[in-house]
Amino acid sequence: MNSSAKNQKPRSQKNIQNFSSSKLPNFDICVVGGGPAGLEAGIVAKELGANIIIIDDNPVLGGQLIKQTHKFFGSKAHYCGVRGIDIAKILTDMVDELKIDILDNATVVGYYDDDTLGILRKDKLFQIKAKTYIFAAGASENMLVFENSDLPGVYGAGAVQTMMNVYGVVPGRRALVIGSGNIGLIVPYQLLQSGVEVAAIIEILDKVGGYYVHAAKIKRAGVPIYLKHTIIKAKGKDCVEAAVITQVGDKFECLEGTEKTIECDMILIAIGLSPLCELLYQAGCRIDYVPELGGNVPYHNESMMTSKSHIFVCGDLACIEEASTAMLEGKIAGAKAYEALYGENKKSKEIVEQANKELSMIRSSPFEQRILSGKEKLKA
Amino acid sequence: MDGYITEHPILEFKRGKKVKFCFEDKEIEGYEGLPIAAALHAAGIKVLSISERYSRPRGFFCAVGKCSSCLMEVDGNPNVMVCMEPLRQGIKVRKQKGKGQKQ
Repeated sequence: MNSSAKNQKPRSQKNIQNFSSSKLPNFDICVVGGGPAGLEAGIVAKELGANIIIIDDNPVLGGQLIKQTHKFFGSKAHYCGVRGIDIAKILTDMVDELKIDILDNATVVGYYDDDTLGILRKDKLFQIKAKTYIFAAGASENMLVFENSDLPGVYGAGAVQTMMNVYGVVPGRRALVIGSGNIGLIVPYQLLQSGVEVAAIIEILDKVGGYYVHAAKIKRAGVPIYLKHTIIKAKGKDCVEAAVITQVGDKFECLEGTEKTIECDMILIAIGLSPLCELLYQAGCRIDYVPELGGNVPYHNESMMTSKSHIFVCGDLACIEEASTAMLEGKIAGAKAYEALYGENKKSKEIVEQANKELSMIRSSPFEQRILSGKEKLKA
Repeated sequence: MDGYITEHPILEFKRGKKVKFCFEDKEIEGYEGLPIAAALHAAGIKVLSISERYSRPRGFFCAVGKCSSCLMEVDGNPNVMVCMEPLRQGIKVRKQKGKGQKQ
């Protein structure tokens, strides 16, 4: 479909045919989630010599990278200047080269008491067992409640990004975007590239949430960003036909008389994400509420180890951040999961040291202070 | 087939072959292998189901198989997540009412 998807090759699936039989397939490490974090974790663990499998619920690997047409920032080591779709391709090629076992189109539906995973794939339910698990399940988009927010046409911003950049379909003609974080700034720009009008971006705070470059780019394209504004209702019979927005005061109260009706057939919600913790709850891992990291997140230490010594986390599941840091945390999780089984060696130590060095470089940016204070809270 | 992007500065869309399928009692064309929800939206169909209690129209929300907002009846089977389910020639897709009933 897109440039990353069309290059997919059939890959090593030697064990998969036997998965529905009574004999439980066994692995050293099982990685749940084939996005940037999970792939890096799997690649590192495999390179170190562990017997691993990656499970993903999509037909292609790469997670949300497969819809990210923008170029990444940072240093060369973090794929600076490379588009997300191409990073997905690079990681997928590495997975193929290392002959890592992949279970695609498979949803992990349960974590059982005997430390096995229940997996649903093509209407078949089966179990697998691993000595150590790395969860990189990602996050889901947050919903916003307002009048008629259940109407078709109110979509997650990432959902529309998937529809247009992965499938080449635009589900509307004119969009209003709620939230000015990086997703709320990037997706409308990509809508313009796909020939869709963007009426405006609204932001309840008094400043733009995302990077300045993204904001500048969308403003140059002529899209207004209304600060201190929120949505109060969607209008329409069967689908969204318009939205009513209003200015808010210092206590986020709606200011009467400032309502404005904006014609649009799509309302894109870009107000953040929540980690997909369900399996970690089932596994009995400690879950902490840390708003800075995205709400309820699995407790983890610097080794990305949860409260259970055989369960590791990385990526958006550990904290809502971005793909560059997800990949670095993935490397740490992969190396530490390996060390938990086979002990530390020179190579694993180097991987962790290098990843930590790059992480602290990225997190020295003022944008990342929130993440650092969130991680501090986890330690308390 | 208006909703398909034909020109894009970065992406090139390789699509499967054109197939025909049924929505309610109408015949629609789409590309094989695309999620059913994408094919429906390209044809301008946004209402995928009718809610249980207040009979409100429902559409997709997440498009990545997480939120269950896009459940439809496909070939008589209710609760099919159409944002993930690939389109095939000749399938019959219907709006689901409430929790759906196996036909």
